[in-house]
Amino acid sequence: MRYRKFLRELVLFLLTIPVLLFIFFPVLWLFSASLSTQVELFTVPPHWIPAHPTFQNYLDIIFPGQAASSVPRTFGVALVNSIKIASAVTLICIVLGSLAAYALVRIPFKFNLHIQIGILGTRMIPEISLIIPLFIFASRLNLINKPIVLIITYMSFALPYAIWMMAAFFQTVPIELEDAARLDGCSRLGILFRVVMPISVPGLISTTMFVFLVAWDEFFYALIFTSTLAAKTAPVAIAEFIGRFAVNINGMMAGGILAAVPPVLLALIFQRYIVSGLTAGAVKG
Amino acid sequence: MTINSNSRVKQRLSVREQDARIAWLLVTPSLLVILGVTLWPIISTFVLSFFVAPTGINQVRTFVGFGNYLEMLRDPAFWETIKRTLYFTAVSVGLELILGLAIAQLIHSRPWGWKFLRFSLIIPWAVPTIVNGAMWRWIYSADFGALNGILFQLGLIEHYVPWLTLSGAAMNLVILADLWHTVPFVALILQAALAALPEELNEAAAVDGANAFQRFWHIRLPLLRPAILVALIIRTVEAFRVFDIVYIITSGGPASKTITISYLTYLYSFSYGKQGTGAALSFLISICTIILAILYIRFLYRPEETQS
Repeated sequence: MRYRKFLRELVLFLLTIPVLLFIFFPVLWLFSASLSTQVELFTVPPHWIPAHPTFQNYLDIIFPGQAASSVPRTFGVALVNSIKIASAVTLICIVLGSLAAYALVRIPFKFNLHIQIGILGTRMIPEISLIIPLFIFASRLNLINKPIVLIITYMSFALPYAIWMMAAFFQTVPIELEDAARLDGCSRLGILFRVVMPISVPGLISTTMFVFLVAWDEFFYALIFTSTLAAKTAPVAIAEFIGRFAVNINGMMAGGILAAVPPVLLALIFQRYIVSGLTAGAVKG
Repeated sequence: MTINSNSRVKQRLSVREQDARIAWLLVTPSLLVILGVTLWPIISTFVLSFFVAPTGINQVRTFVGFGNYLEMLRDPAFWETIKRTLYFTAVSVGLELILGLAIAQLIHSRPWGWKFLRFSLIIPWAVPTIVNGAMWRWIYSADFGALNGILFQLGLIEHYVPWLTLSGAAMNLVILADLWHTVPFVALILQAALAALPEELNEAAAVDGANAFQRFWHIRLPLLRPAILVALIIRTVEAFRVFDIVYIITSGGPASKTITISYLTYLYSFSYGKQGTGAALSFLISICTIILAILYIRFLYRPEETQS
């Protein structure tokens, strides 16, 4: 019996190894490339671990002052753009989204259900079906290459997402609490801000993280709407360089790692909110 | 007295009215934003799909009725693209579900280091799609890529292979890159669902002599149906409109072999200068997406079976 148990443990453990390899091999290879010099990167067969590791690629991006190539300078600016845009989108979505979500979940009013269905419906519409009119509109208003155009257009996917997630969290707040507050003479808005919001802090954190991640990840709108340093985001910078062979690939890989750091760190720090977020945002749909 | 009670009734009525007013106050800002950035553009796209509209702001548009749609439906390249997109969707979603379920079950079996495994899944899930694409493009690189490096050092190939230019391989390589990002997502959802299942049933079945596979197949899998449905809908809808990873890894090549429906729409709208056709295509994508979602819910969502 003990032997069988040991065998089971061993088989299960051996099964985790290919999964871990599949997960980590690409990232480690990316990391190794970002620490390499151009010369070392272009070797056959590859140096899996750089013989002369250097943080120069990272330093060039973080302090782009005297960097020789245009890659680190672009990345430095693009990362800042990404942070600004994703933060603004997240802030707006959390404020507007949680207000709307509360009304939809807890206040009966005419068209409540219609609005809910409408919001669910907009989550199904792909960006590509909205881009042409948005592009024409943005060109007319001279908004191309300005961060504001991304902040506005990102609302099309981020806001319904935020509303839907917050609604799922608000639904779990016991209604008795609200009734009790109401009997104590608390107004609707008082209930929302003094009772419901404080209880829903985990939900708020989860929604904040998810909205930030989707805004950070967004590529299509950014590709269409931005091409200059004024508003270009990190994904656009990566896409711009990847096709050009002459560009310093190791610098790009460092840029890729830096672009991955904020979302990965956020996700790892708020790990315990991911599953509740995945299910809240999803199961309701 | 009467005045007093009357005013109380009035007050009570007005509480409801007040509530409704507050509700509108809370909902309106979001509603206006959503109307502006989704409803108006989708209607606009629909209207535009009936016109020949060259790219550019002040171009003259000509009404052609269903001309753009008919032109597409008659174009063999369009059907090729649909086939390719369905291939991508079916293969990637199918593999994601199988692998995701397997990994979820593996974590659920609590092997040594399972917490580290669950922790690790978060990394590929959180890495931005474009970074993921760039990473795999570099792995597949014909001259200095890791794939060639490994196969060469293992002696499986004698020369470096330009993988992404092989028309048979390109799409599958894009799928592999996509799997790296999406399998963890499915695994995380299903793992959470598994952890939430009541253990009693499983134990009862074990007592009754059901083996591990039977318990999985007859007890866990049916109970997992809602979670699987959710993962399936989200992933199918996303896979069907795949764009980012194709753009970054192959840009549609070699010889259009990885052009998906979203990519074709992008080309029509922003490269070929035919926004009317682009609008028609993108409207078709929306319709397909919604039909897919409805079909899934119809076929898979049987609430009475999911109750234990």
